[in-house]
Amino acid sequence: MARTAVSRRLGDRLRWRVAEVTERRAESATAVTLVLEVPEWPGHLAGQHVDIRLTAEDGYSTQRSYSIASAPDGTRLELTVQRVVEGEVSPYLVDELMPGDQLELRGPVGGWFVWQPEQEEPVLLVAGGSGLVPLMCMIRSRRAAGSRVPFRVLYSLRSPAELLYGPEIRQGTPGVDLTHIYTREAPQQSARPPGRITPDDLARHGWPPDFAPTCYVCGPTAFVEKAAAYLVLLGHDPERVRTERFGGGED
Amino acid sequence: MTAGTPADTAGIPPDAEGGYIDGNALAGPLAELFAVDLTAATSQCAHCSNTGPVARLHVYRQAPGLVARCQQCGQVMLRLVRAPETVWLDTSGITVLSIPVGAD
Repeated sequence: MARTAVSRRLGDRLRWRVAEVTERRAESATAVTLVLEVPEWPGHLAGQHVDIRLTAEDGYSTQRSYSIASAPDGTRLELTVQRVVEGEVSPYLVDELMPGDQLELRGPVGGWFVWQPEQEEPVLLVAGGSGLVPLMCMIRSRRAAGSRVPFRVLYSLRSPAELLYGPEIRQGTPGVDLTHIYTREAPQQSARPPGRITPDDLARHGWPPDFAPTCYVCGPTAFVEKAAAYLVLLGHDPERVRTERFGGGED
Repeated sequence: MTAGTPADTAGIPPDAEGGYIDGNALAGPLAELFAVDLTAATSQCAHCSNTGPVARLHVYRQAPGLVARCQQCGQVMLRLVRAPETVWLDTSGITVLSIPVGAD
Protein backbone atom coordinates (compact mmCIF):
# COMPACT_ATOMS: atom_id res chain seq x y z
CA MET A 1 0.00 0.00 0.00
CA ALA A 2 0.93 3.60 -0.43
CA ARG A 3 1.31 4.07 3.28
CA THR A 4 4.66 5.83 3.44
CA ALA A 5 3.66 8.53 1.01
CA VAL A 6 0.16 8.84 2.36
CA SER A 7 0.58 8.63 6.11
CA ARG A 8 2.87 11.63 6.20
CA ARG A 9 -0.03 13.69 5.09
CA LEU A 10 -2.63 12.37 7.48
CA GLY A 11 -4.30 15.30 9.10
CA ASP A 12 -2.68 17.72 6.70
CA ARG A 13 -4.34 18.53 3.43
CA LEU A 14 -2.33 18.67 0.26
CA ARG A 15 -0.90 22.08 -0.47
CA TRP A 16 0.84 23.75 -3.36
CA ARG A 17 4.57 24.19 -3.00
CA VAL A 18 7.09 26.09 -5.06
CA ALA A 19 9.63 24.06 -7.02
CA GLU A 20 12.66 25.39 -8.84
CA VAL A 21 13.88 24.14 -12.19
CA THR A 22 17.56 23.23 -11.82
CA GLU A 23 18.17 21.59 -15.17
CA ARG A 24 16.45 20.72 -18.43
CA ARG A 25 17.28 17.86 -20.75
CA ALA A 26 15.90 17.38 -24.24
CA GLU A 27 14.60 13.81 -24.61
CA SER A 28 13.35 14.12 -28.19
CA ALA A 29 12.38 16.92 -30.58
CA THR A 30 9.12 17.37 -28.66
CA ALA A 31 9.84 16.22 -25.12
CA VAL A 32 11.96 17.60 -22.34
CA THR A 33 12.87 16.39 -18.86
CA LEU A 34 12.66 19.08 -16.20
CA VAL A 35 14.80 18.49 -13.14
CA LEU A 36 13.20 20.15 -10.13
CA GLU A 37 14.36 20.93 -6.64
CA VAL A 38 11.35 20.60 -4.34
CA PRO A 39 11.97 21.68 -0.76
CA GLU A 40 10.54 19.23 1.79
CA TRP A 41 9.55 16.73 -0.89
CA PRO A 42 8.09 13.78 1.08
CA GLY A 43 9.20 11.12 -1.42
CA HIS A 44 7.01 9.27 -3.88
CA LEU A 45 6.01 5.87 -5.23
CA ALA A 46 6.71 4.78 -8.81
CA GLY A 47 3.70 5.68 -10.96
CA GLN A 48 2.50 8.64 -8.91
CA HIS A 49 2.01 12.06 -10.43
CA VAL A 50 2.07 15.72 -9.48
CA ASP A 51 -0.25 18.55 -10.37
CA ILE A 52 1.38 21.65 -11.83
CA ARG A 53 -0.30 25.04 -11.62
CA LEU A 54 0.54 27.96 -13.85
CA THR A 55 -0.84 31.42 -13.24
CA ALA A 56 -0.72 34.15 -15.87
CA GLU A 57 -0.11 37.79 -15.07
CA ASP A 58 -3.82 38.53 -15.38
CA GLY A 59 -4.56 35.97 -12.69
CA TYR A 60 -5.85 33.27 -15.01
CA SER A 61 -4.70 29.98 -13.65
CA THR A 62 -4.69 26.44 -14.98
CA GLN A 63 -3.32 23.09 -13.89
CA ARG A 64 -2.25 19.76 -15.35
CA SER A 65 -1.08 16.42 -14.04
CA TYR A 66 2.38 15.11 -14.93
CA SER A 67 3.85 11.74 -14.11
CA ILE A 68 7.05 11.57 -12.12
CA ALA A 69 9.91 10.09 -14.16
CA SER A 70 12.65 9.72 -11.57
CA ALA A 71 13.11 7.18 -8.77
CA PRO A 72 12.83 8.73 -5.30
CA ASP A 73 15.98 10.80 -4.67
CA GLY A 74 15.68 13.27 -1.80
CA THR A 75 14.30 16.63 -2.88
CA ARG A 76 15.18 16.09 -6.53
CA LEU A 77 12.32 15.32 -8.87
CA GLU A 78 12.24 14.77 -12.62
CA LEU A 79 9.22 15.24 -14.87
CA THR A 80 9.22 14.47 -18.58
CA VAL A 81 6.82 16.63 -20.55
CA GLN A 82 5.72 15.98 -24.11
CA ARG A 83 4.63 19.03 -26.07
CA VAL A 84 0.97 18.72 -27.00
CA VAL A 85 0.13 20.52 -30.24
CA GLU A 86 -2.30 23.35 -29.44
CA GLY A 87 -1.75 22.54 -25.78
CA GLU A 88 -2.13 25.24 -23.21
CA VAL A 89 0.47 24.23 -20.65
CA SER A 90 2.94 21.81 -22.21
CA PRO A 91 4.43 24.23 -24.83
CA TYR A 92 5.32 26.59 -22.00
CA LEU A 93 6.93 23.82 -19.96
CA VAL A 94 8.77 22.33 -22.94
CA ASP A 95 9.92 25.52 -24.68
CA GLU A 96 10.05 28.35 -22.18
CA LEU A 97 10.72 27.12 -18.69
CA MET A 98 14.44 27.51 -17.90
CA PRO A 99 16.77 26.66 -15.02
CA GLY A 100 16.16 29.13 -12.21
CA ASP A 101 12.46 29.46 -13.02
CA GLN A 102 9.92 28.42 -10.43
CA LEU A 103 6.59 26.69 -10.69
CA GLU A 104 3.81 25.64 -8.37
CA LEU A 105 3.42 21.95 -7.74
CA ARG A 106 1.50 19.64 -5.43
CA GLY A 107 1.90 15.96 -4.78
CA PRO A 108 2.80 13.22 -4.95
CA VAL A 109 -0.71 11.94 -5.60
CA GLY A 110 -2.31 8.71 -6.77
CA GLY A 111 -2.14 5.42 -4.89
CA TRP A 112 -3.52 3.01 -7.48
CA PHE A 113 -1.32 3.20 -10.58
CA VAL A 114 1.81 2.45 -8.56
CA TRP A 115 4.46 -0.24 -8.41
CA GLN A 116 6.27 -0.93 -5.16
CA PRO A 117 9.52 -2.86 -4.68
CA GLU A 118 7.75 -5.23 -2.24
CA GLN A 119 5.69 -6.61 -5.13
CA GLU A 120 6.96 -10.05 -6.14
CA GLU A 121 4.90 -10.93 -9.22
CA PRO A 122 6.21 -10.41 -12.77
CA VAL A 123 5.39 -7.04 -14.28
CA LEU A 124 4.27 -6.05 -17.75
CA LEU A 125 4.58 -2.41 -18.75
CA VAL A 126 2.81 -1.22 -21.90
CA ALA A 127 3.59 2.33 -22.98
CA GLY A 128 2.11 4.43 -25.75
CA GLY A 129 4.37 7.41 -26.57
CA SER A 130 5.00 9.57 -23.52
CA GLY A 131 2.99 7.04 -21.52
CA LEU A 132 6.46 5.63 -20.93
CA VAL A 133 7.16 8.27 -18.27
CA PRO A 134 5.53 6.70 -15.17
CA LEU A 135 6.62 3.27 -16.38
CA MET A 136 10.21 4.50 -16.62
CA CYS A 137 9.82 5.60 -13.02
CA MET A 138 8.91 1.99 -12.19
CA ILE A 139 11.95 0.66 -14.08
CA ARG A 140 14.23 3.15 -12.32
CA SER A 141 12.69 2.44 -8.92
CA ARG A 142 13.13 -1.30 -9.49
CA ARG A 143 16.82 -0.71 -10.19
CA ALA A 144 17.24 1.66 -7.25
CA ALA A 145 15.62 -0.87 -4.89
CA GLY A 146 17.74 -3.77 -6.21
CA SER A 147 14.53 -5.67 -7.06
CA ARG A 148 14.94 -8.80 -9.19
CA VAL A 149 11.31 -8.99 -10.23
CA PRO A 150 11.27 -9.62 -13.99
CA PHE A 151 9.84 -6.77 -16.07
CA ARG A 152 8.73 -6.93 -19.66
CA VAL A 153 8.10 -3.67 -21.46
CA LEU A 154 6.28 -2.97 -24.71
CA TYR A 155 6.96 0.55 -25.86
CA SER A 156 4.81 1.79 -28.74
CA LEU A 157 6.07 4.88 -30.54
CA ARG A 158 5.62 6.48 -33.93
CA SER A 159 9.22 6.46 -35.08
CA PRO A 160 12.78 6.13 -33.74
CA ALA A 161 12.94 9.94 -33.49
CA GLU A 162 10.32 9.91 -30.74
CA LEU A 163 12.27 7.57 -28.47
CA LEU A 164 12.46 8.85 -24.91
CA TYR A 165 15.42 8.13 -22.62
CA GLY A 166 17.40 6.78 -25.62
CA PRO A 167 20.85 6.27 -24.02
CA GLU A 168 19.39 4.70 -20.87
CA ILE A 169 17.10 2.41 -22.84
CA ARG A 170 19.83 1.33 -25.25
CA GLN A 171 22.07 0.51 -22.32
CA GLY A 172 19.35 -1.76 -20.93
CA THR A 173 18.72 -3.09 -17.45
CA PRO A 174 19.23 -6.74 -16.41
CA GLY A 175 15.85 -8.37 -15.88
CA VAL A 176 14.00 -5.77 -17.94
CA ASP A 177 13.15 -6.94 -21.48
CA LEU A 178 12.06 -4.09 -23.68
CA THR A 179 10.39 -4.39 -27.07
CA HIS A 180 9.79 -1.44 -29.36
CA ILE A 181 6.58 -1.29 -31.38
CA TYR A 182 6.93 1.30 -34.13
CA THR A 183 3.59 2.48 -35.43
CA ARG A 184 4.56 4.60 -38.44
CA GLU A 185 8.23 4.29 -39.21
CA ALA A 186 10.51 1.48 -38.02
CA PRO A 187 14.31 1.34 -38.15
CA GLN A 188 15.66 -0.59 -41.16
CA GLN A 189 16.83 -3.58 -39.14
CA SER A 190 13.42 -3.97 -37.51
CA ALA A 191 11.72 -7.27 -38.40
CA ARG A 192 8.25 -6.05 -37.48
CA PRO A 193 6.59 -3.80 -40.08
CA PRO A 194 5.31 -0.50 -38.67
CA GLY A 195 1.81 -0.69 -37.27
CA ARG A 196 -0.23 -0.24 -34.15
CA ILE A 197 0.06 -2.67 -31.26
CA THR A 198 -1.72 -6.01 -31.76
CA PRO A 199 -2.80 -8.87 -29.46
CA ASP A 200 -0.01 -10.86 -31.09
CA ASP A 201 2.60 -8.29 -29.94
CA LEU A 202 1.28 -8.56 -26.40
CA ALA A 203 1.17 -12.38 -26.49
CA ARG A 204 4.65 -12.62 -27.97
CA HIS A 205 6.45 -10.06 -25.81
CA GLY A 206 4.31 -9.96 -22.68
CA TRP A 207 3.72 -12.63 -20.03
CA PRO A 208 1.41 -15.65 -20.28
CA PRO A 209 -1.72 -14.89 -18.22
CA ASP A 210 -1.07 -17.85 -15.89
CA PHE A 211 2.10 -16.12 -14.67
CA ALA A 212 -0.38 -13.65 -13.15
CA PRO A 213 1.66 -10.52 -13.87
CA THR A 214 0.48 -7.08 -12.87
CA CYS A 215 0.08 -5.09 -16.09
CA TYR A 216 0.48 -1.33 -16.19
CA VAL A 217 -0.77 0.39 -19.33
CA CYS A 218 -0.21 4.10 -19.89
CA GLY A 219 -0.64 6.37 -22.90
CA PRO A 220 -3.26 8.21 -24.93
CA THR A 221 -6.80 7.13 -24.11
CA ALA A 222 -7.46 5.23 -27.35
CA PHE A 223 -4.15 3.38 -27.06
CA VAL A 224 -4.79 2.35 -23.46
CA GLU A 225 -8.34 1.33 -24.29
CA LYS A 226 -7.13 -0.99 -26.99
CA ALA A 227 -4.10 -2.46 -25.21
CA ALA A 228 -6.06 -3.10 -22.00
CA ALA A 229 -8.87 -4.79 -23.95
CA TYR A 230 -6.33 -7.01 -25.75
CA LEU A 231 -4.77 -8.04 -22.44
CA VAL A 232 -8.15 -9.09 -21.06
CA LEU A 233 -8.89 -10.86 -24.35
CA LEU A 234 -5.62 -12.80 -23.96
CA GLY A 235 -6.80 -14.02 -20.58
CA HIS A 236 -5.32 -11.53 -18.12
CA ASP A 237 -7.46 -10.85 -15.06
CA PRO A 238 -8.99 -7.37 -15.50
CA GLU A 239 -8.15 -6.74 -11.84
CA ARG A 240 -4.48 -7.06 -12.69
CA VAL A 241 -4.58 -4.57 -15.55
CA ARG A 242 -3.98 -1.05 -14.25
CA THR A 243 -4.39 1.86 -16.59
CA GLU A 244 -3.53 5.50 -16.83
CA ARG A 245 -5.15 7.29 -19.75
CA PHE A 246 -4.07 10.79 -20.52
CA GLY A 247 -6.53 11.70 -23.23
CA GLY A 248 -5.85 12.53 -26.86
CA GLY A 249 -5.45 10.33 -29.89
CA GLU A 250 -4.04 6.92 -30.58
CA ASP A 251 -0.30 7.36 -31.11
CA MET B 1 1.59 30.99 -21.07
CA THR B 2 -1.38 32.50 -22.73
CA ALA B 3 -4.80 32.71 -21.22
CA GLY B 4 -6.81 29.70 -22.29
CA THR B 5 -10.24 29.43 -23.69
CA PRO B 6 -12.79 27.02 -22.22
CA ALA B 7 -12.39 24.83 -25.28
CA ASP B 8 -8.80 23.96 -24.50
CA THR B 9 -8.99 23.59 -20.76
CA ALA B 10 -8.60 19.85 -21.29
CA GLY B 11 -5.28 20.42 -23.04
CA ILE B 12 -6.24 17.69 -25.44
CA PRO B 13 -7.99 17.63 -28.79
CA PRO B 14 -11.78 17.70 -28.37
CA ASP B 15 -12.03 14.06 -29.33
CA ALA B 16 -15.36 12.48 -28.44
CA GLU B 17 -13.88 9.00 -28.15
CA GLY B 18 -10.66 9.85 -26.40
CA GLY B 19 -12.14 12.68 -24.39
CA TYR B 20 -11.78 11.13 -20.99
CA ILE B 21 -8.96 10.18 -18.70
CA ASP B 22 -8.71 7.87 -15.71
CA GLY B 23 -9.92 8.52 -12.19
CA ASN B 24 -6.22 8.71 -11.28
CA ALA B 25 -6.49 12.36 -12.25
CA LEU B 26 -8.83 12.96 -9.31
CA ALA B 27 -6.01 12.21 -6.88
CA GLY B 28 -4.76 15.78 -6.58
CA PRO B 29 -8.13 17.57 -6.35
CA LEU B 30 -9.37 15.02 -3.78
CA ALA B 31 -6.13 15.11 -1.78
CA GLU B 32 -6.78 18.79 -1.30
CA LEU B 33 -9.79 17.72 0.78
CA PHE B 34 -9.11 14.27 2.19
CA ALA B 35 -6.26 12.84 4.22
CA VAL B 36 -6.25 9.44 2.48
CA ASP B 37 -5.93 8.69 -1.21
CA LEU B 38 -9.47 8.19 -2.44
CA THR B 39 -8.45 7.01 -5.91
CA ALA B 40 -7.42 3.66 -4.40
CA ALA B 41 -10.85 3.37 -2.73
CA THR B 42 -13.54 1.14 -4.20
CA SER B 43 -16.72 2.90 -5.21
CA GLN B 44 -20.16 1.49 -5.94
CA CYS B 45 -22.19 3.10 -8.71
CA ALA B 46 -25.62 4.30 -7.58
CA HIS B 47 -27.06 3.55 -11.01
CA CYS B 48 -25.77 0.08 -11.95
CA SER B 49 -24.17 -1.07 -8.66
CA ASN B 50 -20.87 -1.83 -10.41
CA THR B 51 -17.92 -1.62 -8.03
CA GLY B 52 -14.32 -0.74 -8.81
CA PRO B 53 -11.47 1.55 -7.86
CA VAL B 54 -12.13 5.27 -8.14
CA ALA B 55 -8.93 5.31 -10.22
CA ARG B 56 -10.85 3.44 -12.94
CA LEU B 57 -13.69 5.93 -13.34
CA HIS B 58 -13.82 7.85 -16.59
CA VAL B 59 -13.03 11.49 -15.94
CA TYR B 60 -14.08 14.30 -18.25
CA ARG B 61 -12.33 17.65 -17.94
CA GLN B 62 -14.20 19.53 -20.65
CA ALA B 63 -16.92 20.55 -18.20
CA PRO B 64 -16.26 23.33 -15.71
CA GLY B 65 -14.56 21.13 -13.14
CA LEU B 66 -14.25 17.38 -13.24
CA VAL B 67 -16.98 14.85 -13.98
CA ALA B 68 -16.35 11.18 -13.19
CA ARG B 69 -18.55 8.58 -14.82
CA CYS B 70 -19.02 4.86 -14.16
CA GLN B 71 -16.80 2.80 -16.44
CA GLN B 72 -19.62 0.29 -16.76
CA CYS B 73 -22.84 2.28 -17.34
CA GLY B 74 -21.49 5.77 -18.05
CA GLN B 75 -23.67 7.52 -15.47
CA VAL B 76 -22.23 10.38 -13.43
CA MET B 77 -20.80 9.21 -10.11
CA LEU B 78 -18.88 12.24 -8.90
CA ARG B 79 -18.56 15.90 -9.78
CA LEU B 80 -15.96 18.27 -8.43
CA VAL B 81 -15.78 21.98 -9.12
CA ARG B 82 -13.06 24.17 -7.67
CA ALA B 83 -14.15 27.75 -7.13
CA PRO B 84 -11.65 30.29 -5.76
CA GLU B 85 -12.60 29.71 -2.14
CA THR B 86 -14.92 26.70 -2.22
CA VAL B 87 -14.84 23.19 -3.57
CA TRP B 88 -18.17 21.77 -4.71
CA LEU B 89 -18.21 18.00 -4.43
CA ASP B 90 -21.22 15.98 -5.57
CA THR B 91 -20.97 12.26 -4.84
CA SER B 92 -24.65 11.45 -5.27
CA GLY B 93 -23.79 8.87 -7.93
CA ILE B 94 -21.83 6.79 -5.42
CA THR B 95 -23.63 4.60 -2.88
CA VAL B 96 -20.63 3.27 -0.97
CA LEU B 97 -16.94 4.10 -0.82
CA SER B 98 -14.68 1.44 0.65
CA ILE B 99 -11.46 3.14 1.66
CA PRO B 100 -8.23 1.27 2.47
CA VAL B 101 -6.64 2.90 5.51
CA GLY B 102 -4.17 0.21 6.60
CA ALA B 103 -3.96 -1.40 10.02
CA ASP B 104 -4.88 0.83 12.92
